[in-house]
Amino acid sequence: MNIDLPKTPTSQQHEVLRVENLKVDYGPIHAIKGISFSVHRGEVVSLIGSNGAGKTSTLRALSGVLPCQGSVVLNGKDITKLPSHKRVALGLAHSPEGRGVFPNLTVHENLLMGAFSINDRALIAKNLEKGFSRFPRLRERRNQLAGTLSGGEQQMVAIARALMISPELLLLDEPSLGLAPLIVSQIFEVIQELNALGTTILLVEQNARLALKKSHRAYVLETGQVKLSGFSKDLLDNDEVQKAYLGG
Amino acid sequence: MQDLIQHLINGLGLGAIYALIALGYTMVYGVLQMINFAHSDVYMVGAFAAYYAARWFNLESMPGVVSFAILLLAAITGCALLGLLIERFAYRPLRNAPKLNILITAIGVSLLLEYSGQVIFGADPKVFPEVLNNTPLFEMAGVSFKLFDFLVIGVGLVAMAVLHFLIYHTKQGRAMRAVSVNPRVASILGVNVDRTIVFTFVLGSALAGVGSVLVGVKYPKIEPLMGMMIGLKAFVAAVLGGIGNIMGAVLGGLIMGLSEEMVVAYLSSTYRDAVAFGILILILIVRPSGLLGRNQTEKL
Ligand SMILES: Nc1ncnc2c1ncn2[C@@H]1O[C@H](COP(=O)(O)OP(=O)(O)OP(=O)(O)O)[C@@H](O)[C@H]1O
Ligand SMILES: [Mg+2]
Repeated sequence: MNIDLPKTPTSQQHEVLRVENLKVDYGPIHAIKGISFSVHRGEVVSLIGSNGAGKTSTLRALSGVLPCQGSVVLNGKDITKLPSHKRVALGLAHSPEGRGVFPNLTVHENLLMGAFSINDRALIAKNLEKGFSRFPRLRERRNQLAGTLSGGEQQMVAIARALMISPELLLLDEPSLGLAPLIVSQIFEVIQELNALGTTILLVEQNARLALKKSHRAYVLETGQVKLSGFSKDLLDNDEVQKAYLGG
Repeated sequence: MQDLIQHLINGLGLGAIYALIALGYTMVYGVLQMINFAHSDVYMVGAFAAYYAARWFNLESMPGVVSFAILLLAAITGCALLGLLIERFAYRPLRNAPKLNILITAIGVSLLLEYSGQVIFGADPKVFPEVLNNTPLFEMAGVSFKLFDFLVIGVGLVAMAVLHFLIYHTKQGRAMRAVSVNPRVASILGVNVDRTIVFTFVLGSALAGVGSVLVGVKYPKIEPLMGMMIGLKAFVAAVLGGIGNIMGAVLGGLIMGLSEEMVVAYLSSTYRDAVAFGILILILIVRPSGLLGRNQTEKL
């Protein structure tokens, strides 16, 4: 695969997301045991780690569908206790693990669901058009029920849907899950393109090599804790990371 | 032949009524995966709301479509309000409780309404206000077409058309469909799931209100336990169509209404209620997911 290292963004100062001492419990199970990390404007930051490390739980806590302890600050505003549907209005978008498309809604309706928090019809129409030109395949299938789409197309729906609010921060949970290599590289091209246009992204991936190649910085999660963090290109060369996550 | 047409009209009217009530069961099941056993009693309260509105405004002295509309409005308002309260105070606190607790609560709410009804309205039956005259509108081929037959079927159709519009062509309706398959994803997209559930209860209850007035017009005897049998039949209609499926509830209701009418007409009225349970048993054996039932949808 032909890979360009993303350029380090210039405006590293502004913190879009600041997470301090985040903890998530499922009853007696401590899934996240107090992690801290940040995402700066214009960055792609990846969270990598093996199965059950707590990546999805972290994203769910960020978008408010899981109760958590600690603090989550989005653009300077503490949103730790904010219900999930109110976080969207602050520019937080989430493309969930397993895509979470609504199978009983058409592609078009799925995208409109992404714009649920927006009332400006002209803006919705504009963002819809952007989504369709980014994923022409979806335009062809706009009136088809999303449940009938292929996995790759559903992933496109999930991303296009999250983009309907032109998010301040885009959370992507395993966009490569279960997709053929060709589709994966297409999806990652879109991710890079979005970032080049200024979208800040927090990317969760099991495919550590891909994630590290496509992000500026990364955090390595292991059983609910941050094991390592740093610039992605450094982590790619790191012995520990190579052994544990890059198969060599 | 005249008989058959007359029975078809009656059956359709009855079916429209079953469908209206079945829609409430199916919509609530759609968003919460629970059977709202109190729904049949919401329907009963609708009939009484109309009854008291008629007394208050002395509607029987001015029969006509306007009075009929006022009855509808009273029943819809009463039911919508009650549905909202039930959701807020009985079901919402149990949103994350085990299914069994919710089921028991639903039965509890139902009993509460039935027996409070007996205390407040009195246990003896009351006569539903007669605001539509029963004289034939016109006769054709020996069949007499009555105004209320048209109104029952017409109002039923209009109510279902409005519902269809709300569910398939509005933002709230879209959110409702989204919540029914995946509330968590709906909420990360900005949907207030609680509000959507309230919307569903209000809508379903309002339809039960419409149903209660139509029944009152057709069979003018109301009492606090009137919801039990019709609620059970509407529930069977919802299961027959495929619980959770909107078109299924309409289809199920019509099938139930028509078959009941035909069995009573051509076999014996003894079997009036047996039809419903016969259909229920049959559907559970042959096609448990119902005629239009969807397969288990995948979740996050
Ligand atoms: N609903 C739940 N109830 C109980 N435990 C859970 C639940 N969801 C997740 N867990 C546990 O929390 C831990 C973290 O899970 P999580 O889904 O966040 O991991 P992940 O890093 O996303 O894994 P994967 O790469 O497989 O998606 C796991 O040990 C998991 O078993
Ligand atoms: Mg995961």
